[in-house]
Amino acid sequence: MSYRQARYDEPLIFELLGENDFCLMSEDEENVPESMRRETLCLPDLPEREVVRHYVNLSQMNFGVDNGIYPLGSCTMKYNPKYADLLSSLPTVTSVHPCQDEDSLQGALHLMFELEKCLCAISGMDAVTLQPAAGAHGEFTGMLLTKAYHSANNQQRDEVIVPDSAHGTNPASAAMAGYTVVEVPSGPDGCVDLEALKASLSERTAAVMVTNPNTLGLFEKDIGTLAEMVHEAGALLYYDGANLNAIMGMTTPGIMDFDIVHFNLHKTFATPHGGGGPGAGPVGVRKFLEPFLPVPRIVSAEGKYALEFDRIDSIGKVRSLYGNFAVLVRAYAYILAKGGDGLKEVSQKAVLNSNYLKSRVVGTYEMPFAELRKHEFVISARRLAKEKGIHASDIAKALLDRGFMTPTIYFPSLVEEALMIEPTETESKETLDKYAQALLDIANGDPEDIKSAPHNTAVGRVDEVYAAKELILSWRIYQRKQGRGTL
Amino acid sequence: MPLDRRMLEELGIENVEELFSDIPEKIRIEGIPLPQGKSEMEVIRTVQDMLSKNLTAEQAPCFLGGGIYHHFIPSAVSTITSRSEFLTSYTPYQAEISQGMLQSMFEYQSMISELTAMDVVNSSNYDWSTALGEAATMCHRILPKKTFLVPEAMSWEKRSVLRNYVSGPELNIVEYSYDPYTGEADLEDIRQKMTQDVCGLYIEVPNLFGIIDSRAPLLKKEFPEVPLVVGVNPLSLALVRPPGEYGADIVIGEGQSLGLPMNVGGPLLGLFACTLEHVRKMPGRLIGLTKDNTGRRAFCMTLQTREQHIRRSKATSNICTNEALLAIAVSAYLGMVGSKGLRALARINMRNARSLMQRIDELDGFTSPFFNGAHFNEFVVKTTVRPEKLNKLLLRHGIIGGMPMHRHLPRLNDHMLLTTTEMNSAEDIDRLIVALKEVVQ
Repeated sequence: MSYRQARYDEPLIFELLGENDFCLMSEDEENVPESMRRETLCLPDLPEREVVRHYVNLSQMNFGVDNGIYPLGSCTMKYNPKYADLLSSLPTVTSVHPCQDEDSLQGALHLMFELEKCLCAISGMDAVTLQPAAGAHGEFTGMLLTKAYHSANNQQRDEVIVPDSAHGTNPASAAMAGYTVVEVPSGPDGCVDLEALKASLSERTAAVMVTNPNTLGLFEKDIGTLAEMVHEAGALLYYDGANLNAIMGMTTPGIMDFDIVHFNLHKTFATPHGGGGPGAGPVGVRKFLEPFLPVPRIVSAEGKYALEFDRIDSIGKVRSLYGNFAVLVRAYAYILAKGGDGLKEVSQKAVLNSNYLKSRVVGTYEMPFAELRKHEFVISARRLAKEKGIHASDIAKALLDRGFMTPTIYFPSLVEEALMIEPTETESKETLDKYAQALLDIANGDPEDIKSAPHNTAVGRVDEVYAAKELILSWRIYQRKQGRGTL
Repeated sequence: MPLDRRMLEELGIENVEELFSDIPEKIRIEGIPLPQGKSEMEVIRTVQDMLSKNLTAEQAPCFLGGGIYHHFIPSAVSTITSRSEFLTSYTPYQAEISQGMLQSMFEYQSMISELTAMDVVNSSNYDWSTALGEAATMCHRILPKKTFLVPEAMSWEKRSVLRNYVSGPELNIVEYSYDPYTGEADLEDIRQKMTQDVCGLYIEVPNLFGIIDSRAPLLKKEFPEVPLVVGVNPLSLALVRPPGEYGADIVIGEGQSLGLPMNVGGPLLGLFACTLEHVRKMPGRLIGLTKDNTGRRAFCMTLQTREQHIRRSKATSNICTNEALLAIAVSAYLGMVGSKGLRALARINMRNARSLMQRIDELDGFTSPFFNGAHFNEFVVKTTVRPEKLNKLLLRHGIIGGMPMHRHLPRLNDHMLLTTTEMNSAEDIDRLIVALKEVVQ
């Protein structure tokens, strides 16, 4: 237990005092018509130095992959190579307006054209759109494509089937597109229950969303049969690419017969997650779905790249412009650096790391379902909870005290007291050993100490109930409550 | 780097392939049909060379806007967003070790709340267009009716994204027209389209034509029962009345104009604010101020029961990954620029636009501005040369021209939107005027 996070009483930026030293000032007259004129504006007016200190102090009360292992299951928090930072901050990225004439955008169009081809090669798909801004946004795009496809075939299909182990975004995205979500249970082996799926499939089924390997880290080995069933019912098969890091170079969604795939560039392709975003969620499809992809499409002719807007069957747009370009630059650079063989090696190492770490902790922790896992595995703290009152959330907080990021907890819900661990390929055996040891120490540790963790972080256990009850969501609300004396 | 044999040995296996024995032979592949990997040096060279074919707004004065702007960004903004602890962290699910991110997000929410005069701001949507989509479906949750009213003068991209976002609840999008002289919303047309079936009314300030629409403050007075959504360029709010003061229920916008790079159009930052009354119907992540077990001030994600990872198909939105790092950039930017700086910037933007529109109007072959409402930092001109052609000719003069309007509104096929920011110097404007003269002749 040698970890200590910085612990500052850092005031809110609104509480800091100073003198604005911004370089531009203007004495111009007020030109806004009186009825539309603003009277007061109360932003902090601080010197740059104080703002920098404020945020540097805050950053020290945060934890990223650059601080240590971050094995949050299904989030693929691998080390982010720094050459990508450099490339995405070039002026030829940052200072380019997306609506410039195509002749002045050739670099960007070329890069996007090439990245689409790379993603096709990795996934076995025929065409890719880079427009979606995130994985969930890719799912929503996939659902819109599904709708457009069925409606072009004059089919009324209003249901989307997802397994109970699916990421929460799957049912949410399907519902957002107007589909009724049908959940199918997992079988006793942790994979999709094919009998249950069969019973749920009908002429109403528009698509089935599958994550393979699934969120337990198990490869859906009956995927061939599953795909056949889905297609026989006239539905499309959707691949949630959150777990793509497990299978690159070993198999593809294409050869597994999926019709639509989304990629999480901020997971598999090493772009940093920025505390929640930006990410990018490109979508790949089979040839027959290409006409429906969002506009514009990037096309190449006579050594030049162009944007094609007029595509009659397209679903239109899912966001403005072309996608999170600066993120696309990073992912493209990563793919170039790794190459085909390097990406295959990424998946091999990710799976090796996962199985190794698992082998170190199974026994002390229970692990329902088969032994062999892909890039992640889910263990259960059920026994600890029963015998010592130590829950998954306590284990998580105790890991923080040891300077480790936690697994994803309480997901998937079919495992009681679940801890979902994804070490990724970028951690060494030494780091994995330390993480395993921490998990074992916690299981054998003093329950009181663990239940009161964390002690070494910037703050102690945070009162979430108070936050939800008081709803202090802005400085404005805070001041109002203070004024009323209700705080 | 080779695989670590030690781990293979501990697992008692010879070859890593054994760990993939659960993947049936039938669906195995040999490898990925991509070239060999490159060294860091080669990667940097390759990508740099490729991108050098882009023309930057530093190389050529840029008069393009329409939602994305070339603004000055203090160097310290990227110093802050480059902090590894922020850059390489995930969503702050574990509050105790993520206070830095959580407090920063709370400050972002607070600053946008000040700018818009709204109580609640989420910790970001993808961009303005998707924020509009989410706003429309949120209106439908507030008032479960089926028609969403939008201005006819709205970018084609927003129209298209909106249509996709409302396809779930199957809302009808009905457009109201604009006054052909002022370019402001046509109030009479709104009245006519305000049926019993309307779940929300959307207006932009400044609007597509860059006009500070003086009709916006009248809407809530006239239609108090209908949720009002106002779309903004947040920079304009340094000088323009904030929507919270005239009854907006939801405020959305594009945060890019607050210290974010253009990035060929992404990542952007969707602003999303609402009144406290409607917070439970809101999409996206919210950070709340709270305390820890010793009573210290602390922050955490709150009202997560609206979100997909808890509520699944009943969530208010599917959004998970958002634009958090850009929200920090905006907070840092606003912190450094401050109230005074932001007001100064907005004034300079307005002044440059006014000066350019007057000078273009003096040229033969242009009507500038085409609408006579009050403009913020962009305006529509009518030209005698097709806008696309004009842009190609300007490019030969080393100038990035404006945005053709016909994709937004086919009837404006001889019109272009020209934009100025603090980055357009007096010399840039002179150069544009000289070039326009030549081009039209």
